[in-house]
Amino acid sequence: MQPSKSLLALALALGTTSLFATRTLADDLTVISFGGAVQKAQQKAYYDAFTKESGINVIAGEYNGEQAKIKAMVDTRNVTWDVVEVESAELYRGCEEGIYQELDYTKIGDKKDFLPKAVSECGVGTFVWSTVLAYDGDKLKTPPASWQDFWDVKKFPGKRGLRKGAKFTLEIALLADGVKPDDVYKVLATKEGVERAFKKLDEIKANIQWWEAGAQPPQMLAAGDLVMSSAYNGRIATAQSEGKNLKIVWNGSIYDADHWAIPRGTPKLEQAYKFIAFASRPGPQQVYSSQITYGPTNLKAVEGLDPKRVAELPTAPKNLEGALASNTQFWVEHGEELEQRFNAWAAK
Amino acid sequence: MSGAIEASGGISLKHRLRRAERLTRLKYLGLIAPLAVFLLLTFVWPIGSLLYRSIDNPEVVGALPRTVQALGNWDGKDLPDDAVFDALAADLSVDRRSPVLAGAAKRLNMEMSGFRSLLINTARKLDQQPGQSAKAAILAAEPRWGDIEIWRIVARNRSSVTPFYLLSALDLRIGDDGGIVRAPDDQAIYVDILIRTLWMSVFVTFWCLLLGYPLAYLLAQVSTGASNLLMILVLLPFWTSILVRVAAWIVLLQKEGPINKALIALGLINDPLQLVFNRFGVYIAMVHILLPFVILPLYAVMKSIPPSYMRAAISLGCPPFKSFWKVYFPQTLPGVGAGGLLVFILAMGYYITPALLGSPKEQMASYFVAFYTNETINWGMAAALSAVLLVATLILYVFYARYFGPARAKQITPR
Repeated sequence: MQPSKSLLALALALGTTSLFATRTLADDLTVISFGGAVQKAQQKAYYDAFTKESGINVIAGEYNGEQAKIKAMVDTRNVTWDVVEVESAELYRGCEEGIYQELDYTKIGDKKDFLPKAVSECGVGTFVWSTVLAYDGDKLKTPPASWQDFWDVKKFPGKRGLRKGAKFTLEIALLADGVKPDDVYKVLATKEGVERAFKKLDEIKANIQWWEAGAQPPQMLAAGDLVMSSAYNGRIATAQSEGKNLKIVWNGSIYDADHWAIPRGTPKLEQAYKFIAFASRPGPQQVYSSQITYGPTNLKAVEGLDPKRVAELPTAPKNLEGALASNTQFWVEHGEELEQRFNAWAAK
Repeated sequence: MSGAIEASGGISLKHRLRRAERLTRLKYLGLIAPLAVFLLLTFVWPIGSLLYRSIDNPEVVGALPRTVQALGNWDGKDLPDDAVFDALAADLSVDRRSPVLAGAAKRLNMEMSGFRSLLINTARKLDQQPGQSAKAAILAAEPRWGDIEIWRIVARNRSSVTPFYLLSALDLRIGDDGGIVRAPDDQAIYVDILIRTLWMSVFVTFWCLLLGYPLAYLLAQVSTGASNLLMILVLLPFWTSILVRVAAWIVLLQKEGPINKALIALGLINDPLQLVFNRFGVYIAMVHILLPFVILPLYAVMKSIPPSYMRAAISLGCPPFKSFWKVYFPQTLPGVGAGGLLVFILAMGYYITPALLGSPKEQMASYFVAFYTNETINWGMAAALSAVLLVATLILYVFYARYFGPARAKQITPR
């Protein structure tokens, strides 16, 4: 135990000193993302190409979205992460709490080039993921077309999967009840709208199988436990590449973005802007989306992509028709109340 | 005699005896001191600070110190006077992007959805022109400050302790007139959950005792070799990870699982039964997982009962079952009590088994503790639910100690 511990300390010490050394010597930029397949695609699309173009070396790191770490850096004025990938709700709260720098869009690009969802005060969206209606193409002869079909227990008998929680479930219920995507959050912000969503859910309550982890829906669909389910588009794409004949209905999909943000007080502010501007251009985003089925946020990036790949992305113009942008602010405000109500409803 | 001792020592016997006693007592105290300190640091202090979190309310007082002070003598009938608005403007202009303000916004949003944006937006938009009153400026930034209800919520949080979380954990809240009222039906959940937690625990305890008692009896009666083998069969699953056992139950009980397939093959059913993701699956797995906790104490108690008692009863003419019931069973009651209590308390805190094997209708109190701790980071609510669960458990423990505890057991065993 002891030797390995001291070895670790030594490695850490060496690591930090070398980090400091390089930080003072060269023009390095530390970029932190969620790791895994996402980071692999980022390395290829953004980090390597950015270094080639600007001469700024990118040190790639990963984290699990813990905001406490970034907050500690900002509070102690010792910011060693220059650009961070953050999820919508964390970005919104972090912006309120002063963890992230408000962005100067003149240094990044024209706001009109981006999906509206991707533009916010402290962050620029980098990719879009989506909650979609999925089913097994081998088992359903007549494919469902919308959430209305999801509710049609006579035409499609069997259990349906939904994520256990109010978020997305209530939106889906309203979409199934015929609310237009643009009006969903307006309706949901009223008491009657919430009643309406729960009433709609009551109709199929006995037929719902709740899932919690993103890996569950493709597995349950393939096993025949579910006739259809809500699912994350990336998970369905993975299952497809493993040879399963799972299909996606994009109509009524709910999309959300991950963002680049700059922790307040980084000494590399200019370089960070340069990186974000680079990673927001159509070219690099195209490379990214050819690596992984997450959609580019720059509207122009879709144009040059392989049409076959475009059809799999949440941001393809055709897939965006009838799609709904998840409203982060709404959920930060109403989340507690609606989740509690959902829990009370589900437990009865 | 006493005179002799007094003469030899010069000090009274009583005195010396007391001194010797004091010395031993100090020695004992010294010996248990490390344990006491350990318990204090690892048990009393963490639980105490956790329980304190259920009433702790530092956010609003920390972010709006002047406002809450100015609200001190507000009667709650009309809009507060200009002094309060001045104080609010002063509080909000200190640091418009401070985490303290965001914390207060989050806390107030728990009482009323929308308060978060109200506070944050006011702080951002507030722009008091020279000559303009603070009240006018605040109302211009956010007209919602003209609502008395908003001010009542702020005033309710002027103290650094709050009953909010504990009341919420009991489906209660503070009404408009300051009295305690029941939460509306669509928000009321925790009383039902608590009753469900208690009921499921009672049910699991009952079945554990019913299944565990004969098995423990068998273990205590058979030869050492056979009982060792049986004991290994009891302990092997006991030592297996709980997740593995739960996953195994999912595999066994699922729609395409071996149990359903066997029942269909035998022609007993036509369509597969729903055995998992409902109450049935949770009960099966919980009874299976908790069974060793009742078998082991029962076995220990049964092993210590001399077989001669039963033989004596039977040889004196008492029928076998009656002698079991009148002579043997009462002697095992301490084991029944201990095993039952152990299973019951463990079942009250069950989280992972219902989460994996149940539907939302099977979730117990600890599921919601985890929900508030991890997902919404609302530790006040998590602490309040834990406190309610702890109090419920303690009440039942007192009940147990009164009727099955050591004092009661002593009355039974010497018979």
